[in-house]
Amino acid sequence: MLIGKVSDIPSSEITSREVHRQFLDRRRFLRGAAAVGAAALGADRMAELFDPRAHAYADTKLQTVQSPLTTTGEQLTSFADITHYNNFYEFGVDKGDPAKNAGGLPTRPWTVKVEGKVAKPLTFDIDALLKLKPLEDRVYRFRCVEAWSMVIPWVGYSLSEFIKQCNPLSTAKYVQFLSYYDHHVEKWASESTISWPYSEGLRMDEAMNPLTLLTFGLYGDVLPNQDGAPVRVIIPWKYGFKSAKSIVTVRFVEKMPSTTWNEMASDEYGFYSNVNPNVDHPRWSQKTERRIGLPFYAQRRATLMFNGYGDQVASLYAGMNLKKYY
Amino acid sequence: MKRSTLIFFKTLVWIACLCPLADLLWGGATNRLGPDPTAEIANTTGLTALWMLAITLAISPVRRLSPRLAWLIKLRRLLGLFVFFYATLHMLTWVALYSNFNLNAMLDDVTKRRFIMMGAATWLLLLPLALTSTNWAIRKLGGKSWNRLHKLVYLAAACATIHYWWKVKTGVLTPVPFTLVLLGLLLARPVMAWMQRRKTRAVAV
Repeated sequence: MLIGKVSDIPSSEITSREVHRQFLDRRRFLRGAAAVGAAALGADRMAELFDPRAHAYADTKLQTVQSPLTTTGEQLTSFADITHYNNFYEFGVDKGDPAKNAGGLPTRPWTVKVEGKVAKPLTFDIDALLKLKPLEDRVYRFRCVEAWSMVIPWVGYSLSEFIKQCNPLSTAKYVQFLSYYDHHVEKWASESTISWPYSEGLRMDEAMNPLTLLTFGLYGDVLPNQDGAPVRVIIPWKYGFKSAKSIVTVRFVEKMPSTTWNEMASDEYGFYSNVNPNVDHPRWSQKTERRIGLPFYAQRRATLMFNGYGDQVASLYAGMNLKKYY
Repeated sequence: MKRSTLIFFKTLVWIACLCPLADLLWGGATNRLGPDPTAEIANTTGLTALWMLAITLAISPVRRLSPRLAWLIKLRRLLGLFVFFYATLHMLTWVALYSNFNLNAMLDDVTKRRFIMMGAATWLLLLPLALTSTNWAIRKLGGKSWNRLHKLVYLAAACATIHYWWKVKTGVLTPVPFTLVLLGLLLARPVMAWMQRRKTRAVAV
């Protein structure tokens, strides 16, 4: 696999957010042009008026270090696409909705509650979490169950580092993640019949695998709201919906937790949901995928077992029938 | 209606119906079809076919509202053929961009996946309607059997709606507006027939 070689520069320096801004859609381009005009008048504040989110993101660069667990040899998906093609149903069911609607997500103050089978229930403040361990640049392939994929330079540290701080009991076999939910903030949540909050979960050994990332940023900057700010998990060898966004509760449990999409349609979304080209989704083949951001004739590519991370994770499932435990 | 007025309206319909295609071609040429162009092409062609089908099915109830709207019927064939045109583009998107012209992959899809099966059924139901849309075919079949054959459009509309519902994720409600419009259009037919009967009865009494 293409893993293991450290890239020479942190991803935050490969492509700045500012450069990627230029590639945003036409409307935003025009807005950007207006902002340039305003800047010519010496009014930096004007830009904020045209794009309030630019202000919200100001001074949000994260200090990062390199990681041997980063994926190399892949072309990164643009910041514009990563932030304008999202499944975040609390903010609407269209891919473009979260970018439009997630502005109201209150990412400060933010706490993460730890409960269940732990020595003592704890609450972590987001700023404490950010300082818990050095933040690493981790490029991962991201494969959605809908058969599209991206390559994303995340920022975070292994979830295992966080779990160690939680002191789970030996009876804790699974870990469940609950996402933020407030129907006043996320009024679009009623566009589907999902019962909120969003819930996802992992087996303890999956959660402890060093690839599983507690994620705070992308492209060297804090997570944009639509990508699950301020903290989410990323499990690169599983379909994207396993990687819960905007986490408020981490619960250690004895039995396999109930998870949102599995509840909605268990024949389509298994608890494990490892990327597997040999197990089709009931409604489409998982053999191939569409890479986001390429022209239509160049998008199609083969899907890799465990999304290409088999060397690191295949042993977790030794002896398991992955057609049964999809 | 004057011939020139009709030509004017038909030209308008042509231009309006070609807009979604022009938008796709322009977007494809300039690489501006968004982050997932393949899905954008599939969604645009599919949704255009669906809504044009709704417009086509609206002609008959709408023109009954007033004798002055009777001329609308002259636009129906053109609209119906555009439904078939976009449905064909939609189907070809699946053949080319989703299956990569791989016959096995397509057979696999059609036999295993009910939403694809339903989509294929819709297209196959529209095909004889498009083929018999010429004046020659109408004459050859005779008005009565032609009319009976073209009742298949209701079945095609039902299949298309089911295809749409089976395509979206469980719990996602995006097909609701189209479904309600289609139900309204289908219900309008018996309701208008019933009102017509009541009116003639009232006149007879």
